[in-house]
Formats: sequence, C-alpha cells, structure tokens
Amino acid sequence: MKNLNKLAYALCLASALGASAAHAQNATPIRIGLPVPLTGPYGAEAKDQVRNAELAVKEFNDAGGLDGRKAELLVRDDKLNPGEAAQRALDLIEKDKVNYIVGGLSAATQLSTNNITKQRKVIYISISQSDAINEAADMSRYTFHEAFNPHMTTQALGRHLFKKGMRIAFLTADYAYGHEMARGFTAVAEEMGAKIVGEVKHPLGTSDYSIFLPRLQALKPDILIFNNFGRDNQISIKQAGEFGMKKNTQFATPVLLYTARQAAGPKVYENVIGATSYYWAIEDKSPSAKALNDHYKAAYNGAYPSDYGALAYSAVKSLLEAVKKAGTTDTEKVVDTLAALKYDTYKGPQYYRACDHQSVQSVLIIESKEADPKNPDDVFKIVDEVPPTEDILRSCAELGFK
Amino acid sequence: MDGLTLQLLGLQLFTGLALGSIYVLLAVGLSLIFGMLTVVNFAHGAFFMVGAYAGYSLYQYVPNFWLCLVAVPVVTGCIGIVVERFLVRPLYGRGIDYPLLLTFGLAYVMVELIRIQFGKQGLPVDTPESLQGAVDVFVGPFPLYRLFVIGVTALVLAALWLFIEKTSFGLVIRAGARDPVIVRVLGIDISRVWLIVFGIGTGISGLAGYLSAPMQGIAPEMGGNVLIVAFVVTVVGGMGSLTGAVVAGLLIGVVESLTAFMFPEAAKVSMFVIMAFVLLVRPLGLFGRAGLMS
Repeated sequence: MKNLNKLAYALCLASALGASAAHAQNATPIRIGLPVPLTGPYGAEAKDQVRNAELAVKEFNDAGGLDGRKAELLVRDDKLNPGEAAQRALDLIEKDKVNYIVGGLSAATQLSTNNITKQRKVIYISISQSDAINEAADMSRYTFHEAFNPHMTTQALGRHLFKKGMRIAFLTADYAYGHEMARGFTAVAEEMGAKIVGEVKHPLGTSDYSIFLPRLQALKPDILIFNNFGRDNQISIKQAGEFGMKKNTQFATPVLLYTARQAAGPKVYENVIGATSYYWAIEDKSPSAKALNDHYKAAYNGAYPSDYGALAYSAVKSLLEAVKKAGTTDTEKVVDTLAALKYDTYKGPQYYRACDHQSVQSVLIIESKEADPKNPDDVFKIVDEVPPTEDILRSCAELGFK
Repeated sequence: MDGLTLQLLGLQLFTGLALGSIYVLLAVGLSLIFGMLTVVNFAHGAFFMVGAYAGYSLYQYVPNFWLCLVAVPVVTGCIGIVVERFLVRPLYGRGIDYPLLLTFGLAYVMVELIRIQFGKQGLPVDTPESLQGAVDVFVGPFPLYRLFVIGVTALVLAALWLFIEKTSFGLVIRAGARDPVIVRVLGIDISRVWLIVFGIGTGISGLAGYLSAPMQGIAPEMGGNVLIVAFVVTVVGGMGSLTGAVVAGLLIGVVESLTAFMFPEAAKVSMFVIMAFVLLVRPLGLFGRAGLMS
C-alpha cells in the first residue's frame, strides 16, 4: 500500500512536471519580426503597418492561437536604410529567435532583408513594392510578396490612364522603387501608343523640388507621373501644384497613399489619380474588408486602416492562417501551406503565384476628392477595379524561372 | 534639348535665385553666431526644426500666420539665450571645438525631445490662405509663397545690417568680435552682448524653419539637411561674413538650379563642387577674414 502511494505520488509529480514542460512549450510565443522605417519620410505609413500587424496578431491570439500558443510581434525600426534593415533582420533571427519576418517599406530595404532571410531559411513576407524581389535572382522558397509589384501597378494604372498620342512625363525618386515604376509605365505607354517625353530624377528625401519643375513644365505633358512615395510624394505634388502645373496637366502617382492624402489634405491631392491595393470603401462589396475596418476602428478610435497598413495586416493574418492550417510553426511545412493557401484576409480572394510567390490580387484605381463632410475619411473615388489576374504580371519565364 | 527656350532658362534662373535666397536665410543665423562669437553652432539645424515645430504648436492656439511669424523667432531666440547662458558660456576661452561638440550633442537631444513630444513621423503644414497660388513673374508662373519668403529674407537682412552697422549696440558687437579683451577693459559687459547675438542668430534659424514649413512640411529630421546647406553657404561665403553668406547662398541656388536643368542627377552634388573649388582657390571663402578660426 505504501509502495502504491509512492507510485501515485511519483506519477503525480511526473505528470505535473510533464504538464509544466508542455505548458512551457505553449508559452514560447510564435515570434514575428516586423522591421519597418518608423523614422524618416515613410514614418506615417510604417506606423500604420505596426498598428495593423498588431491587430492581426491580437485576432490570432484571441481565437486561441495555435492550440493555445500565442503569437508575438517584435517591431524594429530599419530607418529606411538597407544596411540597417539587414542588421535588424539578422538580430531578429539570431538574438530574438523569431520564427518569421514580415515587413520592409522600400524596395531597397526589403531586398536586403530578403538576402538575410534567404540565407537563414526564414520565411519573409515583404509588404512593399518591388519588381526585383519576384525575379529568379532574388526570389527564394522562403520569399513571399504580399504587396503589389511596380509592374502590375503600372500595367493596371497605365491601361486605365494612357490614350494614344498622349504626352507622359515622370518625376522619379532616384532608387529602385522609382526606377521600376518608370520602367513599368514606359512599357505600358508603348502598348497604349502614348509617348514618354521626359523624366527628371530626384534624390530620396528631397525637401525642395522647385528647381526640377521648370523643366517638367516645359515638356508640356498631358500626364505627369510622380514615381515617388511617402513624404516625397506629398511635398513634390504640393510644390508642383503651387507652380500652377495642375492647370494643363493631369497628375498621377502609381501608389496614391491614404496616409499621404489624409496628411496633406484635399487641396494638395485634388484630382490626382493613382492605384492602390486597398481603400476602406470596398467594404460594401467585401465582407473581409468590412471585418477589418470594424476591428481596426474599434481598436484605434474610429480610424480606418490605410493601404500599406492593411498589407501588414494581411501578411501577418495569412501567415498565421497558414501556421494554423499546417498545425505547426515548422518553416518548411508553413512554406508549403502558405504557397498553396487561397486566402481572403481583407479585400477579396488572393493567392501566391507558384513561381515567384507574388500575391495575385485586385488593383483599385482611385482618384482623390474633397472629403464628404459627413465622413472626413471618405477621400477617394474608386474609378476602376481590376480583378485578380496574372495577366498584369510578368510571366514566370520573363522573371527568369525555368 | 526638348523645349529649350530663353523663357525656360529665365524661369530656371529665377527659381535658382529664389532657392538661393532661402539658402541665405538658412545660413544667416549660423554665420552671425560664428562671426561674432566664433562659436560653430552645430545645433543650427535643430533650432531651425524647433522653429518649425514651435510655429506648428503656436498655431494650434493662435491660428494666425502673421502673429506666429513674429512669435516664433522670439520663442526660438529665448531658447537660444538660455542655451548660451547655461551651456555655451562656460566654454568661452577654451578651444573652438568645445562649443562645437556641445552644440553637436545638443542637436541630438533637441531632435529626440521633439520626437518624444510630436512623434517620429512628419506633419503637414498648410500654406496660409492669402499666400496660396502662383503668380506670373514674366518668365512663367511662380508660387506666391516663395516670393513672400524672399521678401522676408530681404527684410531680415536689411534689419540685421542696420542693427550691426548703424546702431551703437552694433558697434559694440563689432568691436567685441574684433577684440573682446579691450571691449571688456573699456567697461562693457561683453557677455551680455554675446547672449543677445546668440539669441538673434537662433531666432533667425527658427524663423527660417517656420517659413520652410508650408513648403516642405515638418519632421524631426528636417534640420539635418539644413545644417549641411547652411555650412556650405557659410564656408563658401567666408566664415562670419554676412555679405559672403548672401553672395554664396544666391550663387549656390543658381548653380544648383542650372545643374538640375541640364543634369538633374547632379543637382545636389553641385554645391559641394563649388565648396571644394572655393576652398582650393580661397581657403577663407569668398569674403572670409583671417584669424577667426585661430
């Protein structure tokens, strides 16, 4: 009897130990690193990416996580600097032992992050525009691209905007994003029979565009395209408007940002046309957009999620969906699940194309308008919607895949 | 080249002059403090940024562009006076690098304080209603607000010149810059003079920041670029020379604008080419006087 007691006691102890070990395993959170440029000209967009990613993580945890295992977000500031981004990615992997990385808000930083994650075989979902990341040289099994790429953006916008014989001019930020946009527009202009009459390049983070404007004015373009982003986009469109260029020229920008429009106001962006991955008003048609908007509004004082912010939401949400579906955090298994996933996280159906892991998704063409007095967040008019199609992507062969 | 006309060249030249006069405004505060106190104020860009933020905050309470235009230089000038009295003054009589390092560190502190208070991302600033739009300047349309900034710059320069050259206080400032010991022997409290000069210099930096805000918005890092431009203008013009700052500012603006016209990619680098060239030929700058740095 005494022995039996001892045995029962030992069993109890063992099960308690086992339970606590299992508990400890559950307590190790699923860590997702989020390097974004909190400081610098894209700060406003980056900040909203953090808010959205946090929302996606919270929803995952509230729904019970992965069998009770919670997710955790580690936000880092890459300062829009490729070297800094590589260092942050390395630290996240080596020191913080993250399972996955989501983030990057410039073509340059996402490529340097991707270089690190590729080597270390860590899943990386990029949430900013880049063409290079789709190409065979940069692409890897662990690379996913949730955002648009410049080719699909310019194809969608160019087909809507360009007419035969039109004169098109560019003001281009002198780095990968600007170059890729300009290349994309040049290609689609050729298809549509429009003419590129000139391009002026400016350094990233320029605060005075006055000296670039007379030359653009003299080109007498029908359409002036601002191939820049964030604060550069706001300031250059504002200054060009002040030079009176809107009178004879339609302003367009590949990515018409909700954050920039909100910050700069209706006058700066009056009549500017652009493309976007997300605008909250699609909630009338998309239940998942409605759900995101409602959750976001409840969490952040009635504000709406921004386009780039929602990319972070979708990337984290779909990643965790894949983790749940795979039933494990094991990288190889999650890669397979994610690559095969058909997801509708925030705006309608999406999937990753097999060869380059580019998210195939709808493109919205929007025009800035004076906000509805009843809803100050009602700042865009949706003028066209391109449904999800591989038709606007470069073919796998063009990207260098065999 | 496509569409190269005399009119276009004229507009480009005018744009360059306008940009140059903004550069002059950026550099004047730095040049003044160096010329009179031989303090190399590395926090110049930070004062510029503080001026922009001070204007933004004041505007929330007093939504009047013109009142803020007067208040902002006073506020930044007062901050400058406190900085001079308690931080810079103990360092007089030591090497020129002491106040340089102090203000360098101070700039970081100021930027971080603004980030804590206002956040890391920038804020937009509207152009005042009455100064919006473009006007025709013979060679083409030009933003009214930029013309206004040029006007303010001219006013500030004129006032500064009158103050330094035509008032008895200005006489003391100039005497103090030449030989502080003799001025002291004559029974003048030179430290009070320096306090005021430092206040005026930082006040003008703040004014420049306030005036720049409607053109480029405001951000904690906005002073970084400005410090570089102001230094290049001051070095090219000659450390401590106000005339030099004016000539160099306009020269750099025009060269940058014409470079942007011919070869946009090289626009930003052009000012450094000028600086390198001037330093090779005239190491003291165009209007520099010897002995200030020793």
